[in-house]
Parts: sequence; structure tokens; C-alpha cells
Amino acid sequence: MSDLLRLDQVTIQFGGLKALTELDFCIREGELVGLIGPNGAGKTTVFNLITGVYKPTVGGIVFRDRSIAGCSPSKITSFGIGRTFQNIRLFGSLSVFDNVRTAMNMRLRHGIAHALVRGGGFLSEESEIRSAVMELLEMFGLEGLEQEFATSLPYGDQRRLEIVRALATQPKLLLLDEPAAGMNPTEKIELMALIRLIQQKFRITVLLVEHDMKVVMGICQQIVVLDHGVKIAEGTPTEVKSNAKVIEAYLGKEPEHA
Amino acid sequence: MKKWPRSALLLAIIASLIVSLFSNQIDDYVLNILILTGINIILAVSLNLVNGHTGQFSLGHAGFMAVGAYASSAITMFAAPAVLNINPSDEGTLGTSLVFLLALGLGGIAAAFIGFMVGVPSLRLRGDYLAIVTLGFGEIIRVVIQNTDALGGPRGVGGIPPYTNFFWTYALAAVTIYVIANLVDSTYGRGFLAVRDDEVAAEAMGINTTKYKVNAFVIGAFFAGVAGGLYAHFITFITPEGFNFLKSVDIVVMVILGGMGSTLGVAFAAILLTVLNELLRQFEEYRMIIFALILIVMMILRPQGLLGSFRGFRRKRPASRT
Repeated sequence: MSDLLRLDQVTIQFGGLKALTELDFCIREGELVGLIGPNGAGKTTVFNLITGVYKPTVGGIVFRDRSIAGCSPSKITSFGIGRTFQNIRLFGSLSVFDNVRTAMNMRLRHGIAHALVRGGGFLSEESEIRSAVMELLEMFGLEGLEQEFATSLPYGDQRRLEIVRALATQPKLLLLDEPAAGMNPTEKIELMALIRLIQQKFRITVLLVEHDMKVVMGICQQIVVLDHGVKIAEGTPTEVKSNAKVIEAYLGKEPEHA
Repeated sequence: MKKWPRSALLLAIIASLIVSLFSNQIDDYVLNILILTGINIILAVSLNLVNGHTGQFSLGHAGFMAVGAYASSAITMFAAPAVLNINPSDEGTLGTSLVFLLALGLGGIAAAFIGFMVGVPSLRLRGDYLAIVTLGFGEIIRVVIQNTDALGGPRGVGGIPPYTNFFWTYALAAVTIYVIANLVDSTYGRGFLAVRDDEVAAEAMGINTTKYKVNAFVIGAFFAGVAGGLYAHFITFITPEGFNFLKSVDIVVMVILGGMGSTLGVAFAAILLTVLNELLRQFEEYRMIIFALILIVMMILRPQGLLGSFRGFRRKRPASRT
């Protein structure tokens, strides 16, 4: 297995604040990697760097042997990185169907001129898109809801719809930002099954930020631990769980002479 | 609004042709208001693509209208007689009709080009800032015309051939509605709505938001230019003052009243406001007060507009940061 994504000595600075310091890590193809750390460790910053929302101050990001640091978010999505957001960002005035449909925009063979003329090729592409969207919605149990407004769905469904929308961009690497946030235990178990399905059936590499340790330890094969913008540990769930630095970051240091 | 089938477009064009054939039966005053209404429909529906569907608040539509008006007049008054040897005074012939269509198209393209030049730098801005910049550009266009002697300066241009009739106005209004409604209905067009709803998420879905915004702006400017051409060949006398900031505001009001992002609603509002403007003419100085009151009441009772479907003007969430 080769490296799908590599972060090379990435540092980002906001004014005087170093949000990430010389961060290094690799994601191999097909893996399910968890990114954890206490609040403010810089997890979402890592996501925003990979997806092009921020540009690293120093260092490189390489995706499929191509340097992507400094590319625009839409460009990076077209290279094959899909994402969801920590606070759900669905298109509120669009239907469930249209939310997924917009994600197929960048691969349209028939652009703006065809949308005006509406020839045969355009119409057949539109119907292809329709069936592709419906197939995705069915696969994730959102069929029958396609005409609803996205923001009128129950919370768990909105989270799922965000994942479906990200999948519709046909990513090689999927970044999930706290997918289990706000979910109840049953929903969390469903979510874990869903993420496994995405990894195995769609053969998509997944990078996951999550606070719920049950979810992270339950599904991730590799875990990267951040604290104050520095990587403090990396390894399998068992390795990470017994790592002294990780315990210290989460629970604090034991007094010298207790 | 659902998509418009091609048959509806054809039907609308035929209907406007038939009405146009009997237009000498219609009272001149009524006919003038009808034509003005049609021009306003084109302006409002095209601005709606920018302000309503794409959510970029532009206040410079009258500027693009001016570009179209002057460019198309230049063609029918000077270029056509000189190059094609078509006399502007024999209206109604096939030659002048084709020249007029060409002039409207080129007027639209000139406006679209200016729209592109204005759009690329200004569409980096959002909300209030964009409104101010587009307002500024609209005024710049007007002031440049005002100070260019070749364009008649503040006295304007007179003696434009009166080519605009009921047919041209309504056929082009139908084309505008057809194009914009169908564009927005397509997968590509859904990108405009995505940009309006959440730019960060739209970018993450692979939508190049800058490109979409510029495209919306250019298409909007094109139709504003066409409407400007129709207006010039209807009034036959244009001055820069006719395309001032207040004209832009008029169009924005139609868009807001009709419902941001509802093509039919906006067309309906264009009709309503143009006719209302005429009906209130007898009240003279109270006219603007009544007009403003209607708008206020309307905004309180139906903030989403007459046929608006856009659900609320939610504040955009700030970009997430750890």
C-alpha cells in the first residue's frame, strides 16, 4: 500500500499563534485513520489545511503524488478529497435531492451553454445524475425524503446526508469532522457500520476527527493524536491507549510524589 | 419554479407576435405601459439570477442597461446605415428587424463584457461591500457616458429609430424567463443556489464559487444590456440620467417584492410595480409615499416576497475553526 496523503512538516500560524507545529503524518490507501486530541488541539485546522481552506505557513501536503498546498478548496475536491463539516453545512434552501446533485457539478460534461440549449446529451446526463443521486440516497436510507428541505430532516439524517453529499463528489479520501457529534448511542452504532461500509464497499480511505472514544477505538485502524498543534502519538488503538503522553494530554499529569 | 418546456417558449413568442399584429388596435398609452412592463420583466428576472439565485447583492443593473442602450443605438443609428446601407427610418422591414436583433444581441454582449470586467474584481466581496462596489461601478459607467462627448454627454442621444414593439419586447421577455428558469433548474444551475446557501460548503463540493458568481453576473448583465437596447429603441431618446442609481434600486425592489429566487414571482412584481407606478400618477406628489407604504406593508406581511420560496434570510454561519 502506498501513501495516499502525506503531510510534510506542516506549520500554520495565525498571527502570533502557532496552530500546528511541524506536523508529519501519512495516510495509506484504504486505511481508516482517526485524528484525536483535546479541544483546541488543531484537528479541524488539519482538515481545513488538507481541503484548502487554509494554506500552510510552512510545509507541504501531498495527495496522490501531487502537491496540493495552496490549491483552492474546489480544486482539491476535484482531485478527490471529500469532506463533511463539524457544524452541519447543508444547503438549507435546497431539497435533499438537490443537495446531493450539486456535489456532481464539477464533473458535468455539459456545462452552462448546454443548460441553456437543453440538447439530447444534456438531458441524458441530467437523467444519469438523477439515477446516481437516487441510488446513493437509497443506499443510505434516505429514499422517500428527496423532496424535503435538507434542514427539515432530523439531526441524524442531516449528518448522514452530509456524508452522502461528500460521497457524491466521488472522493478517494473522505474527511469526516466529528460525524458522531450529537448522536445517541444507537445512532452512533449505525454510524460506525456506515463508515465501515464506506471504507470497504466504496474503497474510500477515511480520515476521521472524533471525540467519542468508543467510535474512534471501535473502527479506526490507525490513530494520530494531536495536542496543542503537535503530534504526540501515532499508532494502532491499543498502542495509543497505553501511550503515556496521550493519557497525560487527556487526563493530566500525575503529581510527582502522590 | 419548475422548468419551462420549449413549447411554452414557442407559445409565448407566437402569442406576442399575434398581439403585436393587432397592436394598432390598442390604445397608445396602454401599449406604452405594456412595453415598459415587458422591459422591466427582463431587467428584474435577469437581476434575480444575481441577487436572488446566487445571493450576490448587486446594485449596478442600470449601468449594464446603459451599456446595452448606447451600444445597440450606435449600431442601428450609425453602423447599420454605413455598413449595410440600411436606412433606420424604414422600420418593419426584414432588414431593419435583423439589424435590430443584431443590435440587441451586441448590446447584450457589450454589457456582458463590462459585467465581466466589473464582476471579476468585485465578486470577491460579500454582502454590503459588494452592494457598494456594484453601486459604484454602475455610477462610474453613467458618469463616463456623461463626460464623453462622442456619446452625447449629458444631453444624451436622440433620434434613435423606434424599432421596439410589443413583439420584440415580449418575445425577449419570454426568452429571458425561459433561459433563466431552465438554467437554474439544471444541475449546473443548482450550483448558483448552493453558492447562495453556503459558500464554504459549495467550495467543498467542488464548486468554483468565484466562477459561478462571475457567470451569474455576466448572464445578468447580458440581459440587462438587451433590455437597455429595447428601452433605447422604445424611448428613442436616452440620457445618462435615465440609467442612474434610482433605476437600479427600482429593479432591486422588483426582485425583493417578487421573492428572491422566484423567477415567476419577480416577473409578476415587475408587472405590478410598473402598472402601479402608472395608476398612482394621478396622485402626483403622494405617489412615492403610497408606493413606499405598499412596499413596507408588503415586507411586513410577506417578507419572502409575492411568490418567494427562499426560506428566510438566515445569517451565514462563520467559517468553522478549531
